Amino acid sequence: MSQQTSVLYDIPGPRQRRITLIGSLVAGLVLLVGVYFLVYRPLDEKGQLSMELWGPLIDPSNENFSLVWERIGLGFKNTLTAAAMAIVASLVVGTLLAVLRIQLKSLTRRKFTGLAAPLAYLLRGLSVLLSAVTRVCVEVFRGLPVVITIFFVARGFPEFGIAFDNLWYLVIGLTIYNSVVIGEILRSGMEGLPGGQAEAASAIGLSPAQTTRMILLPQAFRIMLPALISQLVVVLKDTSLGFIISYEETLNIGKQIIGALGNPIQVYVVIAVLFIVVNYSLSKLAQYVQRRLAQGRKTAGTPAQNPPPAALMSQAEGGAGAGF
Amino acid sequence: MNVLIDKFDVFAGGFWLTLQICLLAAIGALLLGAIVAVLRISPVPPLRALGTSYVNIFRNMPLTVVMFFAAFGLPALGSNADFLRIPVLDSLFSRLGTDLPYFRFALIALVLYTAAFVCEALRSGVNAVPAGQAEAARSLGLTFGQNLRYVVLPQSWQASVVPLGSVIIAMIKNSALAGFFGIVGDLSATADQLTGAEGYAFVPVAIGISVGYLIMTVPLGTLLDRIEKRQAVAR
Repeated sequence: MSQQTSVLYDIPGPRQRRITLIGSLVAGLVLLVGVYFLVYRPLDEKGQLSMELWGPLIDPSNENFSLVWERIGLGFKNTLTAAAMAIVASLVVGTLLAVLRIQLKSLTRRKFTGLAAPLAYLLRGLSVLLSAVTRVCVEVFRGLPVVITIFFVARGFPEFGIAFDNLWYLVIGLTIYNSVVIGEILRSGMEGLPGGQAEAASAIGLSPAQTTRMILLPQAFRIMLPALISQLVVVLKDTSLGFIISYEETLNIGKQIIGALGNPIQVYVVIAVLFIVVNYSLSKLAQYVQRRLAQGRKTAGTPAQNPPPAALMSQAEGGAGAGF
Repeated sequence: MNVLIDKFDVFAGGFWLTLQICLLAAIGALLLGAIVAVLRISPVPPLRALGTSYVNIFRNMPLTVVMFFAAFGLPALGSNADFLRIPVLDSLFSRLGTDLPYFRFALIALVLYTAAFVCEALRSGVNAVPAGQAEAARSLGLTFGQNLRYVVLPQSWQASVVPLGSVIIAMIKNSALAGFFGIVGDLSATADQLTGAEGYAFVPVAIGISVGYLIMTVPLGTLLDRIEKRQAVAR
Protein backbone atom coordinates (compact mmCIF):
# COMPACT_ATOMS: atom_id res chain seq x y z
CA MET A 1 0.00 0.00 0.00
CA SER A 2 2.79 2.43 0.92
CA GLN A 3 4.27 2.04 -2.53
CA GLN A 4 0.93 2.72 -4.10
CA THR A 5 0.42 6.03 -2.35
CA SER A 6 3.98 7.22 -2.72
CA VAL A 7 3.33 8.93 -6.05
CA LEU A 8 0.94 11.41 -4.54
CA TYR A 9 2.05 11.76 -0.93
CA ASP A 10 5.27 11.99 1.00
CA ILE A 11 5.92 9.51 3.76
CA PRO A 12 3.72 10.92 6.54
CA GLY A 13 5.30 12.55 9.55
CA PRO A 14 3.89 12.38 13.10
CA ARG A 15 1.32 15.13 12.55
CA GLN A 16 0.14 13.68 9.26
CA ARG A 17 -0.09 10.24 10.84
CA ARG A 18 -2.29 11.67 13.56
CA ILE A 19 -4.54 13.34 11.01
CA THR A 20 -4.73 10.11 9.04
CA LEU A 21 -5.66 8.17 12.15
CA ILE A 22 -8.44 10.58 13.03
CA GLY A 23 -9.60 10.61 9.43
CA SER A 24 -9.64 6.81 9.39
CA LEU A 25 -11.75 6.65 12.53
CA VAL A 26 -14.24 9.18 11.17
CA ALA A 27 -14.38 7.52 7.76
CA GLY A 28 -14.79 4.09 9.34
CA LEU A 29 -17.64 5.37 11.46
CA VAL A 30 -19.34 7.02 8.49
CA LEU A 31 -18.97 3.81 6.48
CA LEU A 32 -20.51 1.73 9.26
CA VAL A 33 -23.43 4.11 9.61
CA GLY A 34 -23.83 4.14 5.84
CA VAL A 35 -23.85 0.36 5.66
CA TYR A 36 -26.42 0.23 8.45
CA PHE A 37 -28.79 2.70 6.82
CA LEU A 38 -28.25 1.85 3.16
CA VAL A 39 -27.76 -1.91 3.31
CA TYR A 40 -28.88 -3.41 6.58
CA ARG A 41 -32.03 -1.37 7.15
CA PRO A 42 -33.60 -1.85 3.68
CA LEU A 43 -32.79 -5.56 3.76
CA ASP A 44 -34.21 -5.93 7.24
CA GLU A 45 -37.35 -3.96 6.48
CA LYS A 46 -38.18 -6.20 3.55
CA GLY A 47 -37.48 -9.27 5.67
CA GLN A 48 -34.58 -10.32 3.47
CA LEU A 49 -32.44 -11.32 6.46
CA SER A 50 -34.91 -13.84 7.80
CA MET A 51 -33.83 -17.43 8.37
CA GLU A 52 -36.69 -18.55 6.17
CA LEU A 53 -34.90 -17.19 3.14
CA TRP A 54 -31.30 -17.82 4.21
CA GLY A 55 -31.87 -21.15 5.92
CA PRO A 56 -31.74 -23.44 2.88
CA LEU A 57 -28.35 -21.96 1.97
CA ILE A 58 -26.49 -21.65 5.27
CA ASP A 59 -28.25 -23.80 7.86
CA PRO A 60 -27.22 -27.48 7.58
CA SER A 61 -30.21 -28.59 9.63
CA ASN A 62 -32.62 -27.10 7.10
CA GLU A 63 -34.55 -29.70 5.15
CA ASN A 64 -33.54 -28.22 1.80
CA PHE A 65 -29.90 -27.58 2.65
CA SER A 66 -28.31 -30.72 1.22
CA LEU A 67 -30.50 -30.71 -1.86
CA VAL A 68 -29.78 -27.06 -2.62
CA TRP A 69 -26.04 -27.49 -2.25
CA GLU A 70 -26.09 -30.66 -4.30
CA ARG A 71 -27.69 -28.69 -7.11
CA ILE A 72 -25.29 -25.76 -6.74
CA GLY A 73 -22.37 -28.19 -6.72
CA LEU A 74 -23.65 -29.75 -9.92
CA GLY A 75 -24.04 -26.33 -11.49
CA PHE A 76 -20.56 -25.31 -10.47
CA LYS A 77 -19.15 -28.53 -11.84
CA ASN A 78 -20.88 -27.80 -15.14
CA THR A 79 -19.49 -24.27 -15.12
CA LEU A 80 -15.97 -25.53 -14.50
CA THR A 81 -16.32 -28.22 -17.16
CA ALA A 82 -17.39 -25.72 -19.79
CA ALA A 83 -14.67 -23.27 -18.72
CA ALA A 84 -11.95 -25.94 -18.80
CA MET A 85 -12.98 -27.23 -22.21
CA ALA A 86 -13.26 -23.71 -23.59
CA ILE A 87 -9.88 -22.60 -22.30
CA VAL A 88 -8.06 -25.69 -23.59
CA ALA A 89 -9.72 -25.40 -26.99
CA SER A 90 -9.04 -21.66 -27.15
CA LEU A 91 -5.38 -22.17 -26.25
CA VAL A 92 -4.92 -24.71 -29.03
CA VAL A 93 -6.85 -22.76 -31.66
CA GLY A 94 -5.38 -19.46 -30.48
CA THR A 95 -1.81 -20.74 -30.78
CA LEU A 96 -2.50 -22.05 -34.28
CA LEU A 97 -4.07 -18.75 -35.21
CA ALA A 98 -1.13 -16.74 -33.90
CA VAL A 99 1.37 -18.91 -35.80
CA LEU A 100 -0.76 -18.77 -38.94
CA ARG A 101 -0.98 -14.99 -38.83
CA ILE A 102 2.74 -14.55 -38.24
CA GLN A 103 3.60 -16.95 -41.06
CA LEU A 104 1.19 -15.29 -43.46
CA LYS A 105 2.59 -11.92 -42.59
CA SER A 106 6.12 -13.01 -43.37
CA LEU A 107 4.86 -14.71 -46.56
CA THR A 108 3.40 -11.45 -47.84
CA ARG A 109 6.84 -9.88 -47.61
CA ARG A 110 8.47 -12.70 -49.60
CA LYS A 111 9.19 -11.98 -53.24
CA PHE A 112 9.18 -15.66 -54.38
CA THR A 113 12.26 -15.10 -56.53
CA GLY A 114 13.35 -18.02 -58.64
CA LEU A 115 9.83 -18.91 -59.68
CA ALA A 116 8.20 -18.03 -62.96
CA ALA A 117 6.80 -14.49 -62.81
CA PRO A 118 3.07 -15.37 -63.05
CA LEU A 119 3.41 -18.04 -60.39
CA ALA A 120 5.25 -15.68 -58.09
CA TYR A 121 2.56 -13.05 -58.51
CA LEU A 122 -0.13 -15.65 -57.89
CA LEU A 123 1.56 -16.84 -54.69
CA ARG A 124 2.04 -13.30 -53.47
CA GLY A 125 -1.55 -12.39 -54.21
CA LEU A 126 -2.74 -15.53 -52.46
CA SER A 127 -0.73 -14.84 -49.31
CA VAL A 128 -1.89 -11.24 -49.22
CA LEU A 129 -5.48 -12.40 -49.62
CA LEU A 130 -5.20 -15.06 -46.91
CA SER A 131 -3.54 -12.61 -44.57
CA ALA A 132 -6.37 -10.13 -45.13
CA VAL A 133 -9.01 -12.83 -44.59
CA THR A 134 -7.54 -13.93 -41.26
CA ARG A 135 -7.21 -10.29 -40.22
CA VAL A 136 -10.88 -9.61 -40.99
CA CYS A 137 -11.96 -12.77 -39.15
CA VAL A 138 -9.98 -11.72 -36.10
CA GLU A 139 -11.44 -8.20 -36.14
CA VAL A 140 -14.99 -9.47 -36.58
CA PHE A 141 -14.92 -12.05 -33.81
CA ARG A 142 -13.05 -9.75 -31.48
CA GLY A 143 -15.55 -7.00 -32.11
CA LEU A 144 -18.66 -9.11 -31.53
CA PRO A 145 -20.03 -9.53 -28.02
CA VAL A 146 -19.41 -13.04 -26.78
CA VAL A 147 -23.10 -13.38 -25.84
CA ILE A 148 -23.97 -12.80 -29.46
CA THR A 149 -21.39 -15.34 -30.61
CA ILE A 150 -22.81 -17.97 -28.28
CA PHE A 151 -26.33 -17.07 -29.36
CA PHE A 152 -25.40 -17.29 -33.04
CA VAL A 153 -23.76 -20.68 -32.51
CA ALA A 154 -26.78 -22.03 -30.65
CA ARG A 155 -29.30 -20.66 -33.18
CA GLY A 156 -27.21 -21.02 -36.30
CA PHE A 157 -25.85 -24.55 -36.03
CA PRO A 158 -29.25 -26.26 -35.86
CA GLU A 159 -30.23 -24.15 -38.87
CA PHE A 160 -27.56 -25.93 -40.88
CA GLY A 161 -28.57 -29.31 -39.49
CA ILE A 162 -25.80 -29.59 -36.93
CA ALA A 163 -27.24 -30.39 -33.53
CA PHE A 164 -25.15 -30.69 -30.39
CA ASP A 165 -25.55 -30.67 -26.67
CA ASN A 166 -25.96 -27.23 -25.08
CA LEU A 167 -22.53 -27.69 -23.52
CA TRP A 168 -20.97 -27.81 -26.97
CA TYR A 169 -22.70 -24.67 -28.17
CA LEU A 170 -21.38 -22.83 -25.14
CA VAL A 171 -17.86 -24.23 -25.55
CA ILE A 172 -17.79 -23.47 -29.27
CA GLY A 173 -19.08 -19.95 -28.76
CA LEU A 174 -16.56 -19.24 -26.02
CA THR A 175 -13.76 -20.82 -28.04
CA ILE A 176 -14.43 -18.74 -31.14
CA TYR A 177 -14.16 -15.55 -29.16
CA ASN A 178 -11.36 -16.46 -26.78
CA SER A 179 -9.14 -18.18 -29.32
CA VAL A 180 -9.11 -14.94 -31.28
CA VAL A 181 -8.19 -12.98 -28.17
CA ILE A 182 -5.53 -15.47 -27.09
CA GLY A 183 -4.22 -15.58 -30.64
CA GLU A 184 -3.75 -11.82 -30.55
CA ILE A 185 -2.10 -12.00 -27.11
CA LEU A 186 0.40 -14.57 -28.36
CA ARG A 187 0.97 -12.78 -31.64
CA SER A 188 1.76 -9.51 -29.92
CA GLY A 189 4.03 -11.50 -27.60
CA MET A 190 5.91 -13.00 -30.53
CA GLU A 191 6.15 -9.72 -32.38
CA GLY A 192 7.39 -8.01 -29.25
CA LEU A 193 10.39 -10.32 -29.04
CA PRO A 194 13.70 -8.81 -30.12
CA GLY A 195 14.26 -9.39 -33.83
CA GLY A 196 17.62 -10.94 -33.06
CA GLN A 197 15.87 -14.05 -31.73
CA ALA A 198 14.41 -15.06 -35.08
CA GLU A 199 17.53 -13.94 -36.95
CA ALA A 200 19.80 -16.00 -34.73
CA ALA A 201 17.51 -18.98 -35.15
CA SER A 202 17.63 -18.81 -38.92
CA ALA A 203 21.39 -18.18 -38.77
CA ILE A 204 21.95 -21.51 -37.06
CA GLY A 205 19.84 -23.16 -39.73
CA LEU A 206 16.43 -23.64 -38.13
CA SER A 207 13.51 -23.69 -40.53
CA PRO A 208 10.76 -21.07 -40.03
CA ALA A 209 8.53 -23.72 -38.47
CA GLN A 210 11.27 -24.76 -36.07
CA THR A 211 11.98 -21.13 -35.25
CA THR A 212 8.37 -20.57 -34.32
CA ARG A 213 8.03 -23.77 -32.37
CA MET A 214 11.33 -23.79 -30.51
CA ILE A 215 12.28 -20.10 -30.20
CA LEU A 216 9.35 -17.75 -30.53
CA LEU A 217 6.36 -19.59 -29.05
CA PRO A 218 7.97 -20.63 -25.74
CA GLN A 219 9.13 -17.08 -25.11
CA ALA A 220 5.80 -15.60 -26.09
CA PHE A 221 4.00 -18.00 -23.76
CA ARG A 222 6.34 -17.06 -20.96
CA ILE A 223 5.93 -13.33 -21.37
CA MET A 224 2.20 -13.58 -21.86
CA LEU A 225 1.49 -16.06 -19.06
CA PRO A 226 -0.11 -13.47 -16.73
CA ALA A 227 -2.33 -12.21 -19.55
CA LEU A 228 -3.28 -15.79 -20.37
CA ILE A 229 -4.25 -16.54 -16.77
CA SER A 230 -6.33 -13.37 -16.74
CA GLN A 231 -8.05 -14.63 -19.85
CA LEU A 232 -8.90 -17.74 -17.85
CA VAL A 233 -10.80 -15.52 -15.41
CA VAL A 234 -12.66 -14.01 -18.34
CA VAL A 235 -13.61 -17.44 -19.67
CA LEU A 236 -14.83 -18.55 -16.26
CA LYS A 237 -16.98 -15.46 -15.96
CA ASP A 238 -18.28 -15.89 -19.47
CA THR A 239 -19.48 -19.44 -18.91
CA SER A 240 -22.26 -17.82 -16.90
CA LEU A 241 -23.63 -16.69 -20.27
CA GLY A 242 -24.65 -20.32 -20.76
CA PHE A 243 -27.96 -19.36 -19.19
CA ILE A 244 -29.14 -17.79 -22.44
CA ILE A 245 -29.01 -21.19 -24.15
CA SER A 246 -30.28 -22.92 -20.97
CA TYR A 247 -27.09 -24.82 -20.27
CA GLU A 248 -27.29 -26.06 -16.69
CA GLU A 249 -24.52 -23.98 -15.18
CA THR A 250 -24.42 -22.30 -11.78
CA LEU A 251 -26.69 -19.39 -12.60
CA ASN A 252 -29.27 -21.52 -14.31
CA ILE A 253 -29.39 -23.83 -11.30
CA GLY A 254 -29.65 -20.74 -9.14
CA LYS A 255 -32.66 -19.67 -11.13
CA GLN A 256 -34.30 -23.06 -10.56
CA ILE A 257 -33.63 -22.84 -6.83
CA ILE A 258 -35.13 -19.36 -6.76
CA GLY A 259 -38.16 -20.66 -8.61
CA ALA A 260 -38.66 -23.23 -5.86
CA LEU A 261 -37.73 -21.22 -2.78
CA GLY A 262 -38.31 -17.59 -3.81
CA ASN A 263 -35.12 -16.12 -2.39
CA PRO A 264 -33.31 -14.34 -5.25
CA ILE A 265 -31.04 -12.06 -3.23
CA GLN A 266 -29.75 -14.84 -1.02
CA VAL A 267 -29.06 -17.31 -3.83
CA TYR A 268 -27.28 -14.69 -5.94
CA VAL A 269 -25.16 -13.62 -2.98
CA VAL A 270 -23.99 -17.21 -2.55
CA ILE A 271 -23.29 -17.62 -6.26
CA ALA A 272 -21.47 -14.30 -6.40
CA VAL A 273 -19.28 -15.33 -3.47
CA LEU A 274 -18.44 -18.61 -5.21
CA PHE A 275 -17.37 -16.79 -8.38
CA ILE A 276 -15.46 -14.11 -6.51
CA VAL A 277 -13.47 -16.64 -4.48
CA VAL A 278 -12.42 -18.65 -7.52
CA ASN A 279 -11.68 -15.66 -9.75
CA TYR A 280 -9.89 -13.72 -7.04
CA SER A 281 -7.56 -16.65 -6.43
CA LEU A 282 -6.91 -16.88 -10.16
CA SER A 283 -6.06 -13.18 -10.46
CA LYS A 284 -3.78 -13.46 -7.43
CA LEU A 285 -2.09 -16.37 -9.19
CA ALA A 286 -1.64 -14.21 -12.29
CA GLN A 287 -0.02 -11.47 -10.19
CA TYR A 288 2.24 -13.98 -8.47
CA VAL A 289 3.35 -15.47 -11.79
CA GLN A 290 4.06 -12.02 -13.14
CA ARG A 291 6.19 -11.15 -10.12
CA ARG A 292 8.07 -14.41 -10.42
CA LEU A 293 8.72 -13.81 -14.09
CA ALA A 294 9.96 -10.29 -13.45
CA GLN A 295 12.34 -11.60 -10.77
CA GLY A 296 13.62 -14.35 -13.01
CA ARG A 297 14.47 -11.81 -15.69
CA LYS A 298 16.31 -9.59 -13.28
CA THR A 299 18.60 -12.27 -11.93
CA ALA A 300 19.41 -13.42 -15.44
CA GLY A 301 20.85 -9.98 -16.03
CA THR A 302 18.55 -9.15 -18.91
CA PRO A 303 16.09 -6.26 -18.82
CA ALA A 304 12.68 -7.31 -17.60
CA GLN A 305 10.28 -7.86 -20.44
CA ASN A 306 6.91 -6.73 -19.38
CA PRO A 307 3.90 -7.68 -21.43
CA PRO A 308 2.41 -4.75 -23.29
CA PRO A 309 -0.01 -2.99 -20.93
CA ALA A 310 -2.85 -3.42 -23.37
CA ALA A 311 -2.46 -7.18 -23.21
CA LEU A 312 -2.91 -7.12 -19.47
CA MET A 313 -6.00 -5.02 -19.84
CA SER A 314 -7.69 -7.89 -21.59
CA GLN A 315 -8.84 -9.03 -18.20
CA ALA A 316 -10.72 -5.79 -17.94
CA GLU A 317 -13.15 -7.11 -20.38
CA GLY A 318 -15.15 -9.70 -18.52
CA GLY A 319 -16.74 -10.87 -21.66
CA ALA A 320 -14.91 -8.84 -24.15
CA GLY A 321 -11.39 -8.17 -25.24
CA ALA A 322 -10.40 -5.24 -27.30
CA GLY A 323 -8.04 -2.64 -28.44
CA PHE A 324 -4.63 -4.20 -28.49
CA MET B 1 -31.53 -11.20 -47.63
CA ASN B 2 -34.62 -9.05 -47.90
CA VAL B 3 -35.15 -9.19 -44.14
CA LEU B 4 -32.33 -6.65 -43.95
CA ILE B 5 -34.31 -4.28 -46.14
CA ASP B 6 -37.81 -5.10 -44.89
CA LYS B 7 -36.86 -4.84 -41.26
CA PHE B 8 -34.30 -2.10 -41.60
CA ASP B 9 -36.18 0.10 -39.15
CA VAL B 10 -36.06 -2.70 -36.56
CA PHE B 11 -32.31 -3.02 -36.94
CA ALA B 12 -31.86 0.73 -36.83
CA GLY B 13 -34.07 0.98 -33.75
CA GLY B 14 -32.09 -1.77 -32.05
CA PHE B 15 -28.85 -0.04 -32.90
CA TRP B 16 -30.13 3.25 -31.51
CA LEU B 17 -31.32 1.64 -28.27
CA THR B 18 -28.02 -0.16 -27.78
CA LEU B 19 -26.22 3.11 -28.43
CA GLN B 20 -28.41 4.81 -25.81
CA ILE B 21 -27.56 2.17 -23.19
CA CYS B 22 -23.88 2.48 -24.03
CA LEU B 23 -23.83 6.26 -23.86
CA LEU B 24 -25.61 6.45 -20.51
CA ALA B 25 -23.66 3.54 -19.05
CA ALA B 26 -20.36 5.03 -20.22
CA ILE B 27 -21.12 8.35 -18.55
CA GLY B 28 -22.23 6.63 -15.34
CA ALA B 29 -19.30 4.24 -15.28
CA LEU B 30 -16.74 6.98 -15.87
CA LEU B 31 -18.18 9.05 -13.01
CA LEU B 32 -18.48 6.17 -10.56
CA GLY B 33 -15.13 4.74 -11.65
CA ALA B 34 -13.44 8.09 -11.00
CA ILE B 35 -14.95 8.21 -7.52
CA VAL B 36 -13.79 4.68 -6.73
CA ALA B 37 -10.34 5.48 -8.11
CA VAL B 38 -10.12 8.50 -5.79
CA LEU B 39 -11.10 6.22 -2.90
CA ARG B 40 -8.45 3.68 -3.91
CA ILE B 41 -5.60 6.19 -3.92
CA SER B 42 -6.74 8.18 -0.89
CA PRO B 43 -4.46 8.30 2.16
CA VAL B 44 -7.21 7.13 4.52
CA PRO B 45 -7.08 3.33 5.01
CA PRO B 46 -10.83 2.60 5.43
CA LEU B 47 -11.66 4.47 2.22
CA ARG B 48 -8.88 2.64 0.43
CA ALA B 49 -10.25 -0.65 1.71
CA LEU B 50 -13.72 0.31 0.49
CA GLY B 51 -12.39 1.09 -3.00
CA THR B 52 -10.31 -2.06 -3.13
CA SER B 53 -13.14 -4.32 -2.07
CA TYR B 54 -15.49 -2.68 -4.56
CA VAL B 55 -13.06 -3.40 -7.37
CA ASN B 56 -12.34 -6.95 -6.23
CA ILE B 57 -16.01 -7.78 -5.87
CA PHE B 58 -17.20 -6.44 -9.19
CA ARG B 59 -14.18 -7.44 -11.21
CA ASN B 60 -14.40 -11.06 -10.15
CA MET B 61 -18.12 -11.48 -10.56
CA PRO B 62 -19.68 -12.24 -13.93
CA LEU B 63 -21.74 -9.37 -15.34
CA THR B 64 -24.57 -11.87 -15.60
CA VAL B 65 -24.72 -12.14 -11.82
CA VAL B 66 -24.75 -8.35 -11.46
CA MET B 67 -27.60 -8.21 -13.98
CA PHE B 68 -29.53 -10.86 -12.08
CA PHE B 69 -29.00 -8.91 -8.88
CA ALA B 70 -30.39 -5.80 -10.52
CA ALA B 71 -33.27 -7.55 -12.25
CA PHE B 72 -34.42 -9.73 -9.34
CA GLY B 73 -32.82 -8.25 -6.25
CA LEU B 74 -34.05 -4.68 -6.68
CA PRO B 75 -37.72 -5.64 -7.17
CA ALA B 76 -37.43 -7.88 -4.10
CA LEU B 77 -36.41 -4.77 -2.19
CA GLY B 78 -39.39 -2.97 -3.65
CA SER B 79 -37.37 -0.65 -5.86
CA ASN B 80 -38.02 0.09 -9.50
CA ALA B 81 -34.89 2.23 -9.75
CA ASP B 82 -37.10 5.27 -10.10
CA PHE B 83 -34.28 7.57 -9.05
CA LEU B 84 -32.95 7.19 -12.60
CA ARG B 85 -35.94 9.02 -14.01
CA ILE B 86 -33.88 12.16 -14.22
CA PRO B 87 -36.11 14.98 -15.53
CA VAL B 88 -34.21 16.26 -18.58
CA LEU B 89 -32.42 13.03 -19.43
CA ASP B 90 -35.59 10.96 -19.57
CA SER B 91 -37.04 13.14 -22.30
CA LEU B 92 -33.85 12.61 -24.32
CA PHE B 93 -33.62 8.90 -23.62
CA SER B 94 -37.27 7.90 -23.47
CA ARG B 95 -36.58 4.42 -22.07
CA LEU B 96 -35.32 5.94 -18.82
CA GLY B 97 -38.79 7.17 -17.95
CA THR B 98 -40.93 4.18 -18.94
CA ASP B 99 -42.79 2.11 -16.41
CA LEU B 100 -40.94 -1.04 -17.41
CA PRO B 101 -37.83 -0.85 -15.25
CA TYR B 102 -35.57 -3.22 -17.20
CA PHE B 103 -33.69 -0.49 -19.04
CA ARG B 104 -32.83 1.14 -15.73
CA PHE B 105 -31.88 -2.19 -14.16
CA ALA B 106 -29.57 -3.04 -17.04
CA LEU B 107 -28.07 0.42 -16.82
CA ILE B 108 -27.37 0.06 -13.10
CA ALA B 109 -25.74 -3.34 -13.60
CA LEU B 110 -23.57 -2.12 -16.47
CA VAL B 111 -22.47 0.98 -14.57
CA LEU B 112 -21.63 -0.91 -11.38
CA TYR B 113 -19.70 -3.57 -13.27
CA THR B 114 -17.81 -1.27 -15.64
CA ALA B 115 -16.90 1.22 -12.91
CA ALA B 116 -14.56 -1.34 -11.35
CA PHE B 117 -12.59 -1.58 -14.58
CA VAL B 118 -12.66 2.18 -15.15
CA CYS B 119 -11.20 2.59 -11.67
CA GLU B 120 -8.38 0.18 -12.45
CA ALA B 121 -7.61 1.96 -15.72
CA LEU B 122 -7.44 5.35 -14.00
CA ARG B 123 -5.41 4.02 -11.11
CA SER B 124 -2.90 2.28 -13.36
CA GLY B 125 -2.50 5.64 -15.09
CA VAL B 126 -1.70 7.43 -11.84
CA ASN B 127 0.69 4.70 -10.82
CA ALA B 128 2.45 4.96 -14.19
CA VAL B 129 3.58 8.49 -13.37
CA PRO B 130 7.18 8.29 -12.11
CA ALA B 131 7.30 9.09 -8.39
CA GLY B 132 10.06 11.62 -9.06
CA GLN B 133 7.61 13.84 -10.94
CA ALA B 134 5.34 14.33 -7.95
CA GLU B 135 8.32 14.64 -5.62
CA ALA B 136 9.82 17.35 -7.78
CA ALA B 137 6.48 19.16 -7.82
CA ARG B 138 6.27 19.00 -4.04
CA SER B 139 9.81 20.24 -3.60
CA LEU B 140 8.97 23.16 -5.89
CA GLY B 141 6.29 24.03 -3.38
CA LEU B 142 3.22 23.13 -5.41
CA THR B 143 0.21 22.38 -3.27
CA PHE B 144 -1.57 19.04 -3.50
CA GLY B 145 -4.18 20.46 -5.88
CA GLN B 146 -1.61 22.13 -8.10
CA ASN B 147 0.46 18.99 -8.09
CA LEU B 148 -2.49 16.96 -9.32
CA ARG B 149 -3.61 19.53 -11.83
CA TYR B 150 -0.33 20.46 -13.49
CA VAL B 151 1.91 17.45 -12.95
CA VAL B 152 0.24 14.15 -12.13
CA LEU B 153 -3.11 14.16 -13.91
CA PRO B 154 -1.90 15.31 -17.36
CA GLN B 155 0.63 12.50 -17.40
CA SER B 156 -1.63 9.86 -15.91
CA TRP B 157 -4.32 10.77 -18.43
CA GLN B 158 -1.95 9.88 -21.25
CA ALA B 159 -1.25 6.52 -19.69
CA SER B 160 -4.86 5.66 -19.01
CA VAL B 161 -6.51 6.74 -22.24
CA VAL B 162 -5.92 3.45 -24.06
CA PRO B 163 -6.97 1.17 -21.18
CA LEU B 164 -10.06 3.33 -20.67
CA GLY B 165 -10.92 2.94 -24.32
CA SER B 166 -10.61 -0.84 -24.06
CA VAL B 167 -12.90 -0.78 -21.06
CA ILE B 168 -15.50 1.21 -22.97
CA ILE B 169 -15.31 -1.15 -25.95
CA ALA B 170 -15.77 -4.06 -23.58
CA MET B 171 -18.75 -2.29 -22.08
CA ILE B 172 -20.37 -1.84 -25.47
CA LYS B 173 -20.04 -5.55 -26.04
CA ASN B 174 -21.28 -6.36 -22.56
CA SER B 175 -24.38 -4.29 -23.18
CA ALA B 176 -25.53 -7.08 -25.52
CA LEU B 177 -26.37 -9.07 -22.41
CA ALA B 178 -29.09 -6.56 -21.55
CA GLY B 179 -31.20 -7.81 -24.45
CA PHE B 180 -31.51 -11.17 -22.73
CA PHE B 181 -32.75 -9.52 -19.54
CA GLY B 182 -36.07 -8.22 -20.70
CA ILE B 183 -35.08 -5.06 -22.57
CA VAL B 184 -37.27 -5.07 -25.64
CA GLY B 185 -35.80 -3.94 -28.89
CA ASP B 186 -32.05 -3.54 -28.47
CA LEU B 187 -29.75 -5.27 -30.95
CA SER B 188 -29.44 -8.61 -29.19
CA ALA B 189 -33.14 -8.77 -28.32
CA THR B 190 -33.84 -8.01 -31.98
CA ALA B 191 -31.67 -10.96 -33.00
CA ASP B 192 -33.63 -13.23 -30.69
CA GLN B 193 -36.97 -11.86 -31.81
CA LEU B 194 -36.34 -12.04 -35.56
CA THR B 195 -34.75 -15.48 -35.68
CA GLY B 196 -36.97 -16.98 -33.00
CA ALA B 197 -40.51 -15.75 -32.83
CA GLU B 198 -40.75 -14.22 -36.30
CA GLY B 199 -38.88 -17.06 -37.98
CA TYR B 200 -36.68 -15.12 -40.37
CA ALA B 201 -33.71 -16.81 -41.99
CA PHE B 202 -30.76 -16.93 -39.66
CA VAL B 203 -27.84 -15.75 -41.77
CA PRO B 204 -29.11 -12.32 -42.90
CA VAL B 205 -30.28 -11.44 -39.40
CA ALA B 206 -26.91 -12.52 -37.99
CA ILE B 207 -25.15 -10.33 -40.53
CA GLY B 208 -27.34 -7.35 -39.69
CA ILE B 209 -26.80 -7.71 -35.95
CA SER B 210 -23.05 -8.25 -36.33
CA VAL B 211 -22.73 -5.16 -38.49
CA GLY B 212 -24.60 -3.20 -35.83
CA TYR B 213 -22.09 -4.15 -33.14
CA LEU B 214 -19.04 -3.92 -35.37
CA ILE B 215 -19.97 -0.35 -36.34
CA MET B 216 -19.60 0.56 -32.69
CA THR B 217 -16.58 -1.52 -31.69
CA VAL B 218 -14.21 -1.71 -34.66
CA PRO B 219 -13.70 2.03 -35.35
CA LEU B 220 -13.14 2.64 -31.65
CA GLY B 221 -10.59 -0.18 -31.56
CA THR B 222 -8.78 1.18 -34.60
CA LEU B 223 -8.71 4.64 -33.05
CA LEU B 224 -7.19 3.20 -29.87
CA ASP B 225 -4.55 1.34 -31.88
CA ARG B 226 -3.55 4.58 -33.52
CA ILE B 227 -3.37 6.48 -30.23
CA GLU B 228 -1.28 3.68 -28.79
CA LYS B 229 1.14 3.72 -31.72
CA ARG B 230 1.43 7.47 -31.55
CA GLN B 231 2.18 7.38 -27.83
CA ALA B 232 4.78 4.67 -28.39
CA VAL B 233 6.51 6.94 -30.92
CA ALA B 234 6.25 9.99 -28.65
CA ARG B 235 8.02 8.16 -25.84
